[in-house]
Amino acid sequence: MIEVISVCKEFNGQQVLKDITATFQNGKANLIIGQSGAGKTVLLKCIVGLFTPEEGKVLYDGRDISAMGKKETLKLRQEIGMLFQNSALFDSMSVLENVMFPLDMFSAMSYNERRERARFCLDRVGLIEAQYKNPDELSGGMQKRAAIARAIALEPKYLFCDEPNSGLDPQTSLKIDELIHDITKDFDITTIVNTHDMNSVMGIGDHVLFLSGGRLEWEGNKENILSSNNETLNNFLFSSDLVKKVKEMGAK
Amino acid sequence: MILANSIKSFGSYLILMRRVLSRPQRWSVFFRQTLHEVYQLGMSSIPIVLLISFFIGAVICIQMKLNVESPWMPKFVVGYATREILLLEFSSSIMCLILSGKVGSNITSEIGTMRVTQQIDALEIMGVNSANFLILPKITALVSMMPILVTFSITAGIAGAYAIGEFTGIITAEDLTTGLQHEFRQWYIWCSIIKSFAFAFIITSVASFYGYRVTGGSIEVGQASTNAVVSCSVLILFSDIVLTQLLMQ
Repeated sequence: MIEVISVCKEFNGQQVLKDITATFQNGKANLIIGQSGAGKTVLLKCIVGLFTPEEGKVLYDGRDISAMGKKETLKLRQEIGMLFQNSALFDSMSVLENVMFPLDMFSAMSYNERRERARFCLDRVGLIEAQYKNPDELSGGMQKRAAIARAIALEPKYLFCDEPNSGLDPQTSLKIDELIHDITKDFDITTIVNTHDMNSVMGIGDHVLFLSGGRLEWEGNKENILSSNNETLNNFLFSSDLVKKVKEMGAK
Repeated sequence: MILANSIKSFGSYLILMRRVLSRPQRWSVFFRQTLHEVYQLGMSSIPIVLLISFFIGAVICIQMKLNVESPWMPKFVVGYATREILLLEFSSSIMCLILSGKVGSNITSEIGTMRVTQQIDALEIMGVNSANFLILPKITALVSMMPILVTFSITAGIAGAYAIGEFTGIITAEDLTTGLQHEFRQWYIWCSIIKSFAFAFIITSVASFYGYRVTGGSIEVGQASTNAVVSCSVLILFSDIVLTQLLMQ
């Protein structure tokens, strides 16, 4: 479980996150949604420790990330898997080497065990046939899947996904969403997904946070999001004609 | 303002170097990376070093013949001057200046691209000391390869001088050999090697520093590469004065 308590973050005097408090349960896909510039990525980076908030704290199963020593931080890092917006695969390595990399750095396994673990992760994301390819030979969706395989290689307790569907077609997006959802359930991990894709919200949104202007505007899940009375959320949700029509059809 | 920025940059460089010069998290991965960099930065530079040194050696020989020769000057002076120029300045300092263009821009663009495509963030999230993982193997590889490159450069330069003497007949092999051996001091070779260690460290650490702190996109990576090469060149020239003064006195 991850708890974010009264987190504030500013850049050059401009406040980007304003007093955010939220709890992310394990075994659930927690989605942070909002318009571009709402502070989603900044919040995610504060949670993973890439940014240090000016105020507030982030607790990982009760452990305050800002109060951790070097060793404890290193241990926590090994419990974290992250999927970046552009996959961030190491382009000097093959797909298999990318997945083996965290194991090479931190596991005590033998070479064959590391290789087998990496192959298992690639198989889990359906990418075993591409293990010897370089990242630039893969499609966008395959790169995301390879990045997920790398993220789960060390059996993380926490998985973070920054815009996992950006640049992907709806079908591939759906597959990536299903994969994230299945991995969250199967490994009982705390997953936080940063997105503005409504398909993801309706598909895997066990717990949804809506950010607007750096504030936590609404909190709920995929079942109650469409019936919300929050005006800002509704403006965000129903800015698309398609969603508007779906809502009208639902009402009928 | 410029002074304040320079001090700030130097401070950032020192902080980065503190992270770089720490114990590798996994020695096996460090050795693997270092071997890769030995090939990438060192071995792949051998052809260009040999080519440039061969021709410059030949040109120095021609210039010495044309400009130094006079009836009261011994014939071997062409070989002597060629050797001194190659040993003392060209093969260490000028060759490192040339390599700062090739190797420095390569390092900055590689690390800069990793920065803007979030590969460095990915390393940090995993708990990898990205500065140490990316930069220390490059420093180790180039510092250990540079003396070899300098030795190759001296050899190729001398071969160029022999070749031009043979093809044009401006100097006989005997006169050139006499000049090359005249008052030879082994210390000059050590001076070249010591200087090359320092220059290799400057090239890799400064170029890495510029790449590591890139923000933005491809334009910024290009700008960082240019700035890295300029800074490396200035620092090499400046430290050349200091080292020459220290080593040759």
